[in-house]
Amino acid sequence: MGLDIRLPIGMMFTLLGALLAIYGLATGSDSAMYQSSLNLNVNLWWGLVLFIFGAVMLFFALLSRFSKK
Amino acid sequence: MQLQLIDYAIMLIYVGFVVGIGFALKRYMRTSADFFLSGRSIPAWVCGLAFLSANLGALELVGMAASGAKYGIATCHFYWLGAIPAMVFLGVFMMPFYYGSKARSVPEYLKLRFDERTRCFNSMTFAVMTVFASGISMNALAQLLHSLLGWNYYMSLVISSAVVLVYVLKGGLTSAMYTEVLQFFMIVLGFAPVVWLGLKDVGGWSALKDILHGVSQDPTKLGLNTSHNFGPDAWTSIWTPIIPGPAANPMGVDVFAMFFGLGFVLSFGYWCTNFLVIQRAMAAKDMSSARRTPLIAAVPKMLFPALVILPGMIAVGLASTGKSGYHLPQQTISDGAYPAAIVAVKSASTDQSGTDAATASISTAVGRKLDSDKVAALLKDEAAQPLSDEDIKTRLQGAEADPDYNGVILSLVTKYCPPGLMGLALTALLASFMSGMAGNVTAFNTVWTYDLYQAYLAPNKTDQHYMNMGKYVTVVGILLSGGCALIARNYSNAMDIIQLVFGFVNAPLFATFLLGMFWKRATSLGAFLGLCGGTLTSLLFHGCTVASGNLPGIKGAWISTVQIFPSEMAQNFWLASFAFSSCLILTIVISLATSRTKSDEELNGLVYSLTEKIREPDQVWYLKPGVLGTLLLLMCLGLNLYFW
Repeated sequence: MGLDIRLPIGMMFTLLGALLAIYGLATGSDSAMYQSSLNLNVNLWWGLVLFIFGAVMLFFALLSRFSKK
Repeated sequence: MQLQLIDYAIMLIYVGFVVGIGFALKRYMRTSADFFLSGRSIPAWVCGLAFLSANLGALELVGMAASGAKYGIATCHFYWLGAIPAMVFLGVFMMPFYYGSKARSVPEYLKLRFDERTRCFNSMTFAVMTVFASGISMNALAQLLHSLLGWNYYMSLVISSAVVLVYVLKGGLTSAMYTEVLQFFMIVLGFAPVVWLGLKDVGGWSALKDILHGVSQDPTKLGLNTSHNFGPDAWTSIWTPIIPGPAANPMGVDVFAMFFGLGFVLSFGYWCTNFLVIQRAMAAKDMSSARRTPLIAAVPKMLFPALVILPGMIAVGLASTGKSGYHLPQQTISDGAYPAAIVAVKSASTDQSGTDAATASISTAVGRKLDSDKVAALLKDEAAQPLSDEDIKTRLQGAEADPDYNGVILSLVTKYCPPGLMGLALTALLASFMSGMAGNVTAFNTVWTYDLYQAYLAPNKTDQHYMNMGKYVTVVGILLSGGCALIARNYSNAMDIIQLVFGFVNAPLFATFLLGMFWKRATSLGAFLGLCGGTLTSLLFHGCTVASGNLPGIKGAWISTVQIFPSEMAQNFWLASFAFSSCLILTIVISLATSRTKSDEELNGLVYSLTEKIREPDQVWYLKPGVLGTLLLLMCLGLNLYFW
């Protein structure tokens, strides 16, 4: 099949990760909101994890695309 | 629970991507082979993750967490004793025949090896089972979303199945498998932070073990459904509580039932014959990819208990310490049940028939088991001064005795997730539901179209005709699943019932495949009658046995009560063992009594002894299925010993 699934996976997780991390930054001062998550800004940190995961996926997808050409 | 804009945004992005994948693949869907088999062109790692993800439905997540709470770490046997060895066996020994025979489905292999009768029987039972499994999963999801988020039961069913419908219709098996890979990562990355937060809150793994040691010595305190106490290891060791016998572990099973019933019959029956998962391996681009599919899947599968069983144990630990006000979730009593319940409360408070009788009558009206002390207190207050209907409702809800274990995983999500992460975790739940559903739907439409419609109803039509039929039946399959979802609403632990269905259909089936693939003397009459006999045995066995605490009826003993098992799980494992053995013996005896119907040449590629061994000289040694399989089994053994 002509679709490399790493591409949409990479795109989705970089997008979700960025969204979550930015939301985490924007709400970071709201300590009441993060009481439930043991006073950790999980949105920021987990958003970064998702972003890195997505970026790695994208990297490999693009790498194989260029090495084919 | 109120969701924020960010949560909806995350869900929408996810839905956009899965639907987008469906549309992106639409242009590759030219023939029915593209639609049903992905044109046999998928790389091994995609097949492996799809193989796993198709099985990782909402049912698996919800049911495994529920079992983790009820039975503790021994639930891992479903993985480390059952799934992994079975997946290794499939990859090393069975895949060459499934893939090499060029059969388009598991029932079609049966036709090539035996005859039409066995195929017909298998494809019909499989079709029914798939629809049921899908329905149970739909029900689990809709009930969770209803009780925790207040979403309309039917609305959440309709919307999530509509998404699945769109991408399966557009991209067939390929888009189901590709989205399953995406969903696999979504599920893992969505739930991992929740489990991590839970574990951190409870004080880490060793603290959790200490708490659970206390729980197992007084499980009734938490409403864990047991009448007696266990040794301290009952929730935290996988073999120590099983070895002394059924009375020593909350599952109520013995070593034989665990080893033979779950570890061999049920697990091999599921992983090695179920077209839902095998279809993913059959779509692989070549033989070595097909054989590596289950082996690749086995690696994450081995680690899944940390994601799906651990949350259940964490929930019990938290509830036991009462830390940060956590208690096990309870099912909301439906509004329809209240009028009768209020009448029952009022009449019981005036007549003095005794607390036990009153509790029983109110429990019947509510439809849930109630705590008799709390009912007595309610009746006393009502007799002193009549309470308002609202007060009675709240008190009845509070008096529920059995926790709703299926709600455990979502209760942790709602406890720990701030907006944002909440959206991610809920999306993970939706993803697991969709991957399970798409798996069922693609397996169902293939079996229906190739093994029932093309074989018996309309042979010799154009390829385009079958492809269109596949699309129609995708819609029909989803509608039928919806019907089954409503039936499934009566059961408390989804895992037990699905095991029961597997016991009826799958347990005898593995005997048929085992003999078919590894004994050339097995004849078609022997296989067919053996399979019928095995399935009949499951039915009879279920009709004559019941688990203690269950009334004769839908849960067994509808013929007569011959044997009472300590738990439903023990009943299921023994049922599977009996069904398998009777199918095995019947097939052997009848095969020996009848003459062979297929010659050695016809069985070439279908039976082990008549097929040339696969040589892969250009394959590097560490990628050979035998080497990978051995490595996986050693790791599995290590886990068993570590958590002994």
